[in-house]
Amino acid sequence: MPQLDLAGFPSQIIWLVITFVILWLLMAKIALPRVGLVLEERQKKIDENLDLAENLRDEAQGALDAYEKSIADAKDNARGSVTEAVRQMSDSAQARHAEKSEELAAEIKEAEARIDAAKQEAISGLQEAAATVASSAAEKLIGASLPSDAVRQAVNTAMKERST
Amino acid sequence: MAEANNPLAQFVIQPLIPIKLGELDASFTNSSLFMVLTVVAATTLMVLAVRPRAAVPGRWQLLAELSYEFIAKMVSDNIGKEGKPYFSFIFTIFMFVLFGNFLGMLPYSFTFTSHIAVTLTMALVIFLLVTVIAFVKHGMHFFSFFLPAGVPIFLAPLMIAIEVISYFTRPFSLSIRLFANMMAGHTLLKVVGGFVFPLGLLGIVPVAGLVAITGLEFLIAFLQAYIFTILTCIYINDAINLH
Repeated sequence: MPQLDLAGFPSQIIWLVITFVILWLLMAKIALPRVGLVLEERQKKIDENLDLAENLRDEAQGALDAYEKSIADAKDNARGSVTEAVRQMSDSAQARHAEKSEELAAEIKEAEARIDAAKQEAISGLQEAAATVASSAAEKLIGASLPSDAVRQAVNTAMKERST
Repeated sequence: MAEANNPLAQFVIQPLIPIKLGELDASFTNSSLFMVLTVVAATTLMVLAVRPRAAVPGRWQLLAELSYEFIAKMVSDNIGKEGKPYFSFIFTIFMFVLFGNFLGMLPYSFTFTSHIAVTLTMALVIFLLVTVIAFVKHGMHFFSFFLPAGVPIFLAPLMIAIEVISYFTRPFSLSIRLFANMMAGHTLLKVVGGFVFPLGLLGIVPVAGLVAITGLEFLIAFLQAYIFTILTCIYINDAINLH
């Protein structure tokens, strides 16, 4: 087995030490610090970007909150003004209703008065005509003219008797 | 011919540039060549691939970053904050073993992690480092490591013996696990490969097996690098936190 040939040991060990120390120096002094720096820079960049993203997200959340708050405020306002408007309108409707009913009541009263007057007038016209017809009929029948006051009196009495 | 078919021939150390340091043979061998290639490959991945420093990494940069994060997580999971000073060392161990294993998967290449000389040296260095850390951190209190808290006093002699033995076998289990896995896998590939041509048309059967074993070997190449590294982490954690 060539591995157990002691004659080969010194050169193997010498070259092992030489090459290992060279590799160690190259790794420790050059390679590892560089790789470490690259990794560190990348980590830093990632962290920075994450921070930035988080800030932006917070900002967006803030904007959303403000937007929602303004929407809620606007809704409240709208509800308030709608209630106010409804209240005002019902008030004014009530007021106008009252006003109109008063007006109508007055008109009804007036009309009733007018109707009454017209009735009285018609009745008195009727009495007049009945008296005239009665006196002229009596004149034709008996050939004498009766005093108009007596005729009117008699007609009045007769009409009162009929109407009751 | 017999030499080429020997499944162990692939592990022979061949000097490429003979170098003598006094009595010591420090020749630049095929093993040394692949150690150098490992350094070049690992450095290329970890330095050149990260050069774009892109915020969104490309494939190679991602691979380098994943390796970094993989080991960083391993260190922080197993040792915690105090493991930070050892991160570069642990990372180097992982890269060295991983690239050694993977480069060894290339045809006609050499796997230096399949040599006990290499793995045992690494394991002994780790063992010494861990022991030194433990003494520096805890002084004489370190010896309490060998007697876990809450053990009945009459069991103490037995427990201490077991703990001391398990502590001192660590470098051997650590090194032999890696070396044996790599050697066994490569030997198996070579042995099965040797059946392909003698079987003629039926050679398709061992070829299918080879494909499957090669896939398995890639898994083992990664897994052994992982195990070697995570055990190093666990040992260092033991030294810092004493169980």
